Amino acid sequence: MNRNIIISTGFHFIIIMITTLSLPFLLKTPIDLPPIISIELIQISDKTSIPFAPKAKKIIEKIKKEEAERVVSEQAPPKKIKKEKPDAVPLPNEKIDKVKKIEEKKQNPEKIETEIKQVSEFEKKELFDPNNIAALIDKSKEDFAETSKTTNKVTQSQDRNAEPSGLSLNEEDALKAQIFGCWSIPLGLPYNENLLVRIKLQLKPDGTVVKSEILDHVRMNKPGQGFYKVLAESALRAIRLCQPLRVPTTGYERWKDLQLNFDAREMLEG
Amino acid sequence: MKFLRILTILLLIQFKAYALIEVDITRGNLSPLPVAVSPLSPDKKSITEFEKILNVKDLGSEISIIVENNLRQSGLFNPLEKDAFLQKPDIAHFKPRFEDWKLIKAQALITGKVEIIDEKLRVEFRLWDVLAAKEMLAIAFTTVPTNWRRVGHIITDKVYERLTGEKGYFDTRLIYVAEEGPKTKRIKKLAIMDQDGFNLKYLTLGNELVLTPRFNPTNQMVTYLSYFRNLPRVYLLDIETGVQEVVGDFPGMTFAPRFSPDGKKIIMSFATDGNSDIYTMDLENRVVERITNYPSIDTSPSYSPDGKYICFNSDRSGYQQIYVMKSDGSSVKRISFGNGIYGTPVWSPRGDLIAFTKLHKGKFYIGVMRIDGKGERLLTENFYQEAPSWSPNGRVLVFYRETKTDDKGEGFSAKLWSIDLTCYNERQVPTKSDASDPSWSSLLSN
Repeated sequence: MNRNIIISTGFHFIIIMITTLSLPFLLKTPIDLPPIISIELIQISDKTSIPFAPKAKKIIEKIKKEEAERVVSEQAPPKKIKKEKPDAVPLPNEKIDKVKKIEEKKQNPEKIETEIKQVSEFEKKELFDPNNIAALIDKSKEDFAETSKTTNKVTQSQDRNAEPSGLSLNEEDALKAQIFGCWSIPLGLPYNENLLVRIKLQLKPDGTVVKSEILDHVRMNKPGQGFYKVLAESALRAIRLCQPLRVPTTGYERWKDLQLNFDAREMLEG
Repeated sequence: MKFLRILTILLLIQFKAYALIEVDITRGNLSPLPVAVSPLSPDKKSITEFEKILNVKDLGSEISIIVENNLRQSGLFNPLEKDAFLQKPDIAHFKPRFEDWKLIKAQALITGKVEIIDEKLRVEFRLWDVLAAKEMLAIAFTTVPTNWRRVGHIITDKVYERLTGEKGYFDTRLIYVAEEGPKTKRIKKLAIMDQDGFNLKYLTLGNELVLTPRFNPTNQMVTYLSYFRNLPRVYLLDIETGVQEVVGDFPGMTFAPRFSPDGKKIIMSFATDGNSDIYTMDLENRVVERITNYPSIDTSPSYSPDGKYICFNSDRSGYQQIYVMKSDGSSVKRISFGNGIYGTPVWSPRGDLIAFTKLHKGKFYIGVMRIDGKGERLLTENFYQEAPSWSPNGRVLVFYRETKTDDKGEGFSAKLWSIDLTCYNERQVPTKSDASDPSWSSLLSN
């Protein structure tokens, strides 16, 4: 009797164990490990410089336009073959099979939501495009809000060759603050849309101005452009008064040629 | 072959090109520009003649002081203390040592030379850009020695124009009503002086009440309101000859006269039976033309600089407001819609703004608005002030301000004040007595 009970109990235990341990394996789909995302460390100071505001605006508009025109793919990002890292070089047939397998997995629409953050190296570069970041930090708050929405999406058609250039926020702020102090705006000027003076500078490593050139110098001697001439002269005085300019101690090649846009409209409008 | 090698090497070399960095400078300082006005160096032979003819010992210094005061008065320049100057005037005029002027923070330098040649005063001056180390302007004048104050004003105008891009307003005059005596028994005379308060002359004796004098464009004639047999009439006065005449044979009261921009017409108000309208009178053929015809008080007309439009104030809407119409009286349009009542509109010589007096909640304001009525800006507020008049360059307004009388009925005064469009630069205009109703002339040297 006891023996039967023990055998029965043993069988029941085995059945329970099998049910508990085996059945889930039968139902479970193979574990699909997401591909490893490589992390790229970025020097923020080199990426967050604000480009010339109108330029930033253009970039934002360009992004918006491209966003509108582009058919946003709801598929997962491109394949990541290199993450499959085989120890030995597979035979050609095997390689094709693996690629196919990965493609099948990524066609699963349920996984798109979770995998949307998995981006290719190329797309990642776009996300961290310095111009985009600069546009996000643009002075215009309205533009900022709109841009931050649109740039959440992964874009595939931006300039992939953009290199870190320009001055960092700190460097630019230092330079601006120095020139603000030197520039006596001719207050007698009437408000005019055309009162923007662009001066191209060639600098020495210590910030001394080697050459300054007014880009619209033709306007200087044109009749009826007296106000422009006065503004341009005041800008040149500011540069001369300020030099040596507060430029970064490194990256001379980057800023040896510099363009200053003297815009008195904001001050004169008030 | 060799060429191909070199080409291949060049192609293999990677050039790293950086985009041009652009930095926007949108702010600057509002401090007046530091200017060094070096005394004009006198010719040694002329020094005794200065004293003999003009009773002035150091004419060069005196002229430089006029320039300095004018520049300071404009609010746009900061003339530096002469004690700090390191270079002598004669050498500075010949060849400035820019390093010395940089050292005292001067950004512009004015130097000059003054002498008497053939009983005529010859003055030359130079304006230098200290930081660029170059000459910006060099001009010489010859005039009668008694004109030496005007020379100072003309130099300032030239310097101002070169450094600001707009015409100056220093070689000008003000005409105003000089007031003397207690408030209840004021003696009012027409007075004329340089804009800095010098060379004061009275044009009337004070027997009759005079109001609202206005220059004509050539500054030779003045039109004003005077009471004759207790009837206010518009008069015309030739400053040179002193000849005075009544403008038109109107059966009632005429007031608020002003010249047209070409000086050929006088525009004014004519009142009969409690209704006043705007009329013009051609000074050549004396033809009178009615411009407005509305059962309300239309007054204070002022032409636009091109003569095509007229601004005036009218109470046709129930309250006194500013209106603009074509010079023939058509297309009348109200332009002031703010709270309070508006009066004394004056069209800017630049043509872009209309200055006005505004009364709101018991306070008087001098303000400006664009010609379509938008962009109203109140420049100054006070207990009582009115009658703005534009400087010839349309940048500064002169007006008069009265102070409150105390409980004993004393302490009343009326003075001329000026303010520029930035609102930063408000100053009292020096007058010998109390003053009201100022009018600014156009540039005398034009």
